[in-house]
This record gives sequence, structure tokens and C-alpha cells, in this order.
Amino acid sequence: MDRAAIIGLGMTRIEANKVRDTFADMAWEAVNKALSDAGMTIDDIDNVVTTSNDFWDGRTISCMAVGDASGAKHKNISCCEGDGTFGAFYGLTRILSGSYGTTLVTAHSKGSESISSLITNASFDPIYDRGLGMDMISASAMQARAYMNRTKTTPEQMALVSVKNHGNAIRNPYAQLPMKITVDDVLKSEMIADPLHKLDCSPVSDGCCAIIIANEDRATKYTKTPVWIKGVSFCSDSFFLGDRDLSQAPSLKAAAKKAYDMAGIKNPGKEIDLAELYDAFSYQELMWLEALGLAGDGKAGKELEDGRYDLGGALPVNASGGLLSGHPVIAAGLIRIAEAVKQIRGDAGKYQADGVRLALAQGLNGLCGQSHCVWILGKDK
Amino acid sequence: MSDIFENVEPMVYKSRINVPYQWWAGETASRFFISLRDDQKILGTKCTKCGKTYVPPRKSCPTCFTPNEEWKEVSSVGTLVTYTVVRRQLASLPRKAPVIYGLIRLEGSDTSLLHIIDEVKPEDINIGMKLQAKFAGERKGNIFDIEYFRPLK
Amino acid sequence: MGKRRVAIVGTGQTFHKSHRPDVNGQELIHEAVQSALNDAGMKIGDIDAIVIGNMDHFEGINYVDCWSVDGSGGVMKPIIKLTTGGTTGCTVGIGGYHMVASGIFDKVLVIGWEKNSESDTTGAITTAFDPIWDRLVFAGAISGLAAEAQAYMAKYGATDKDGARVSVRDRKHACNNPHAQLRKEVTIDEVLASPMLADPIHLLDVCPRTDGACAVIMACEGIAEKLTPIPDWIWGTANRHTYTYLNDTAFGGLDSMAEASKELFKKAGIREPRKELDVIELYQPYSFAGIIWIEDMGIVPRGKGAEYIWSGATDMGGELPINPSGGVIACNPIGATGLIRCAEVALQIMGKAEARQVPDVNLGVSTGFGGCFWVDMILHGKNKPAF
Repeated sequence: MDRAAIIGLGMTRIEANKVRDTFADMAWEAVNKALSDAGMTIDDIDNVVTTSNDFWDGRTISCMAVGDASGAKHKNISCCEGDGTFGAFYGLTRILSGSYGTTLVTAHSKGSESISSLITNASFDPIYDRGLGMDMISASAMQARAYMNRTKTTPEQMALVSVKNHGNAIRNPYAQLPMKITVDDVLKSEMIADPLHKLDCSPVSDGCCAIIIANEDRATKYTKTPVWIKGVSFCSDSFFLGDRDLSQAPSLKAAAKKAYDMAGIKNPGKEIDLAELYDAFSYQELMWLEALGLAGDGKAGKELEDGRYDLGGALPVNASGGLLSGHPVIAAGLIRIAEAVKQIRGDAGKYQADGVRLALAQGLNGLCGQSHCVWILGKDK
Repeated sequence: MSDIFENVEPMVYKSRINVPYQWWAGETASRFFISLRDDQKILGTKCTKCGKTYVPPRKSCPTCFTPNEEWKEVSSVGTLVTYTVVRRQLASLPRKAPVIYGLIRLEGSDTSLLHIIDEVKPEDINIGMKLQAKFAGERKGNIFDIEYFRPLK
Repeated sequence: MGKRRVAIVGTGQTFHKSHRPDVNGQELIHEAVQSALNDAGMKIGDIDAIVIGNMDHFEGINYVDCWSVDGSGGVMKPIIKLTTGGTTGCTVGIGGYHMVASGIFDKVLVIGWEKNSESDTTGAITTAFDPIWDRLVFAGAISGLAAEAQAYMAKYGATDKDGARVSVRDRKHACNNPHAQLRKEVTIDEVLASPMLADPIHLLDVCPRTDGACAVIMACEGIAEKLTPIPDWIWGTANRHTYTYLNDTAFGGLDSMAEASKELFKKAGIREPRKELDVIELYQPYSFAGIIWIEDMGIVPRGKGAEYIWSGATDMGGELPINPSGGVIACNPIGATGLIRCAEVALQIMGKAEARQVPDVNLGVSTGFGGCFWVDMILHGKNKPAF
């Protein structure tokens, strides 16, 4: 893979209800911040990829709402429907194809504008499954149960993810839910769907993120600290929940393997310095760590208890607070990329981890993490 | 520029999208539902290449990409693979909480069927227990022709 | 331009119909995919990645990339959804191109599909427009198009008879295309006598609603030549999604077409598209577009579109056949439509277009249209592009 780097990032604060902002307002804010961060103007942007979801936005052709605000009027522009990590992947291919030197990638959603249960219920097959009335939470609860059953991960270990991430969010001025809580607080919070308590679940949030990707030539023209894209890959599992072994994440494993190969990483557990993962639910951080090979199989819970994934640990995970502290769907994965970039640059302020040279960011699409996208980012070329 | 929202409540325009849908089940799904409705039998399709039996039935094998021409009846009895008890009245629920959902691996099938579980207390559910489909008295040719799954007696 | 050359090596389409009750959406997709694989002599295991597109609100399914995998072949593969409204079919074609040209994937399957029979198309499309400014006055896709036609007619004296001539052309072409939905000729009188939908657009001036899927397989140089004797080389892509609000739109000409085609032709070194292009598959959702948009594309000067159409130049046998497939007026499974344009040009270049084959096709253009007067374009060539 030719070299390309992320040279700019910008995001809005993650909030429960951005009542003052339309989609375009959020995009305008994130895009301008990214341009400013990179030291670029909109004219330096060669093409644009926006990421959005028609159901979440309540708009067919949801990309239309943010085109103007993303500077697309006289540019080539496309739109990915899925998590921001996938949109960024497409934005990267448009550079690697040699067609464009810089790509602006945005991703947004306003969870406050809809009833999330109905939106995610619409991901179920209309003929066989949808009428049963499940949604993202009940489906994920089934996955959590399967994962716990296979690995003997405990509710306390899951709760500890929530404690860690909400605690990390205290140091992140953009996070929606900074909270100092205990394992007990999590276990006592409302049981929404066994085994997921309220504090095991991410909130539904509003937010937008933008990043700027550049080819090797342009990467150093605007900023002194490009963050290099070392490996990227994505992969999807089967669709019907009953076709899958929900306790495993084979598509994440496959995507990770490809990304590690591209990046020349042989021992990810040792070589990766920091990870920003898609913790829509507490158990997911543990499941994804194992599928990524960053934790021993079935051991992530124990390793979490041992402090391995704390900010000061060997492999800080979600130092930003993760999605448990604020979850604007679609933007979520792009924010993971942005947070990883901040860490590599040394820009993460109060939640900066030490010595981050190689970081991993992950996003996902679909129920129970059907499809995953893995990004490996590095300080060195 | 002064803050135009100073001392002003932002106006929120409330609306609702109303797009009606009618999905064609297709011949494969139709055969499955007709069998539920008329015969109270659960059917699957089998891939002759890899030998996998799919429930719900698939017109073609997702991995071999060849037509699944063989239909077979699977048992109405199966093993619980995983489950959840929904306690909060989530907007998608078809009835009052608590509602128990599970994936049931029916005997003869290589995939699990998603459905509702009833006639059991949440504390008595465990992965691996045997469940049986209870067919609805009045059946219309949809997934609720199986009213729910209950513990095998 | 790009460094790694990419070509289309196979295409597949369903036989598009107003209703396909015999299959659900992912089974419909599967038909097109299987057809494309057969055309290219490949198996699903040969595919490295999948790009898929449709318009969510037309089928009411969220996360279609995930839902489609049984039929699209995406199980344990990379699959990504791109969607831009009506332009989607062309957008996914462009997406497939970049995915292969990037060097990350060698063989990419591109899918566009729509099952319009499953929804209230107007209800769904209305949600595209801004809920505060545009939605309440938006009267369906046709209203905007009627406004465009009126603006053009007022400036250049065209009449609805000119629009009807375009319909007659495309409906006649469709008779050569076994995949097209509407395969019966119409006359000018019949078009003008058909019910008026939105002045000056009659029923027979516009596209139908269709259930259909299309799949196209793209491969990199080195592999493409091994898969097929005449690969369809992608010379370039360009698009513009110029407007977001209806009231910003300049009616009477298609700005996005003008800008996109300027860029596309400049990149490829095409100075006189009328002379240098051999075929155009134009995403033309209504007849007048066939007059107006070829002016924006630079085929003929502004105001000369109708004259050019009447001369027979764009009919089969003419100097620059447009829509030998019958185009969108004969068939419109929206998410697939733009990709069908791409597949049809590929068939022309590859010499596989059978009864609708235009002789000696070296260069062709396929376009997509949608959103708020947006355009996506692909330039196809029989020879490898110079870059």
C-alpha cells in the first residue's frame, strides 16, 4: 500500500441533544476545525466523502444535508452509509487510486432526533425477524450472554469497562458522560436486557467528526506531524444472528489479521501501544480486544482487572472515554480514528498516554458487530 | 457576531416520517410460512455442496453460492443457544416487558432460529435447555404462526 | 489521473419488472451477482471486496450492506455501502473503480439494486429534502424536473413535442433490450395524449418504478485481460453534487452535468465529445432531460438539443446513439439504474450488446442523476487509457 497520512481532525462535542445544531451546523463545525487543525483551507481539499445513515437522519439521501457544509459544491464527492471508519476507508482509496491528493472525510448523526430502538429494529430482516421486536440492545444482550457463557467473563468485569471509560471521560472535554462510578453502581443500575444494565450501555448521542487524509506528497505540506496509515481492512460476518456464533467475532479477527499484515505487525499484543475500540456496550470492549489478538482469548476481563487497559497500563484502551461516554452512531468510528491520531501526535491533553507510536482504531456496522473496520496508525512512516 | 440564541429558546420542529412498506417474501420464504400456517411444520433448505441446513430457509447457500434445492423438515424441538430477558419497555417490543428472546438450534438445522420464549421464569432459563415450538391456534403465514418457544415437557 | 488501470470484466442484470413477488431483496441481488460472475467466468471466492448501493427508504431496511450478504456474497468478505440517491448506481461504479485502483483489492464486485414495488416511492423520496425549508412544498421528484423543463422551454422555445420525441426514441430502443421493463414503442401522439403529471411532463415522458438489480465486476490491469478478451477500461470518473436546497438550484440547465463533464473530458483529453464519443447511456429520468442535459454535457451548444434529437443523430444508426438500452424511461430500479447505465456501456465496449449493439464503440459515457440535481459520470474505453 502506498503511503498516506491523516493530517487534520476536528469534532464537535458529543452531547445528548444538540438542539441548536442541524446536521449541516455540526458538519460546518467539524470541517472547519479539521481545516484549521491541518493549516489548510477548503481549496486545499481535493475531494470529499461524507458518512451518514438515512434511517438515523430520517432523510433519504442523508448525505445531502451536509454536502454544502463540507465544501462539496464544486468538488467530487461521495457518500458512504455505515460507520465512519468505512467512510474513511473509501476516502483513503480515492487517494491511493492516484485520483486525489487530499480527501476530507466527515461522519455524523443526531441520535436525539429519533427513537433509536425503532431505528435499530429496522436492521432486522423484515420477513423473518423484524416483527419479533428486537433492537440493538436486546440483540447485543444475547451476544453478551453468549460471550459470558463461553469465556466465563463476569458481570463485574463487564462493569469495570464502564467504570474505566466513564472515568477516562472526566479528562476529555468533548465527552458527553464523564462519571466517577463503581462496579457496584453499574450492577445496581437498571437492568435493561439481561445481562446489560443501563451503565453497560452507551447512550444515544449527537455528534460529528471530520478528518483529512493526504497522500505522501501532500502529507507534509501543511502540518509537521502527519500520522501515517499503516494498515486498514474491513470484513463482514453472516447476517442472520442464528447463522453466527455470537460469542465470537470472526470478521473482526479476519480484518485485524489483514490490517496487521499490511502494517508488518507480528505480535499485536506487544506492538500496539494504544487502542480506541467500539465499546457500544461494556462487554464489546472485552470481546473486541480478544478478537483483535490484543488480549488472550477469554482473558480480557482478567487483564482489565489487572490494569492492563488503564490509561497508565501497558495498552490503554479508550483513554478518550470511548462510546460508553458518548455514542453518536456513524461518527463513532471516525472519532476512534481521530482519538488515536491525537494520541500519536501527543495532542490528547489530560488523557494523553505515554509513548504512543502505534495505535489501533476500530469501527463496526450492523447488529452485534457483524462488520468491522480496523485501522492501524503510526508515528513513523 | 453575537449569539443569536441568547435568551431565545431554539425552535424544535416535530415531525414524523410515514413510509408504508410491503415486502415480497419471495417463493422461498412463502413456502416456509405456508408450511407453518397449514402444516405446523418447520422447513429448512439444505446445500448439497456443503451439507448445511438453513433455517430460516435460504434460496441459495450464502457460502457456496449455489441454489439450495433440497427442502427438509426440521424438528420443532431445539436447544437454546443464547437468550436475553428484556426488562425495559423498549420501543421495538411487540408487547409488555419482560420479553424473553432466544436463538434456538432446532434438531436437524445447522443455524439457529430467532424467536420469543415463554412459559418459563427468567431465573429458570439456561443455555443448553431444550425448547419446543408452540404453534398459534390461528395462523396467518408469518413468524408468529409459532407463537413462542417453551421448555420441552 | 490514476496509476493502476481498472476495467470492467463482467456484468449481470436481472430482467427488470414492475414487481418481483417471487423473490425478496437479497434473492434479487443474488440473481444479478450470479449473472455477473457467470459473464466474467468467475466464482464468488474470486471476489476480493463488494460495493453495494440502494436507497434505504425504498425498501425500509437499515444497514443494507450487512443485510444483503447472503445474496451479495459478502459473508466473510469486505463489503461497503455507498449511497447518494439516484446517482447511487454510478456512485458505486466509481467506488468500485477506486477500490481496485487503490491497489488494496484486485477484483471488486459492484452491486446496485432497488425493489421499488415495496414502498411508496414519493413518500420515501420526499424525506430527501430539508424538513424545515423544502419538504413541505416538495411535490415529488417530478415537480423539480417540471420546473427545469419549464425554465428551459421559456428560454429556448422548446415544446412538449420535443420532449415526446426523446420518449419515442428511448422506448423504441428498449425493444432491443431483453432486460428493460417497458418494451413497447410509443408514438409522439401517444405521449402527448398521456395524462399530464406536472406541466409539461406527461406520463409517457417519465420513468416507471421497477424492481431490479445490476452487478458489475471490476478488475485491475494484468488480471482483467486474462478474464475477458475485451475489457471495458475505466478512463475516468467525475461528479458534482452541486445543490442541497431546491431554492438554490438554477433551473433550465444542469450545472452539475456541465461541471462534471468539463472535468471528465479535460482529464481524458476529449475536446469534441460529439465527435469522439461513440455512445452515451444517459441517466435520463424524464424526456426533456434528453434535450437539456446533452447541451450541458457539451455535445451540442445551448438551445440546440431538440434539433439534434430530431435529426436522428441520437437514434440507433445515428452519429451518436443515446440510450441504446432504452434508458431510464423504459426501466428504473433506482439504486441499480446508474449502474445499469455503466453496465450497458460496458456491454457496448465489450461487443456483448446483442440486438442493441452500436457498431465500433471505442469511447462511451455512462451517467447517474439524482438528489438535488446531481450528476455522476464514468468514461469508458476499449483501449487502455494513456495515464
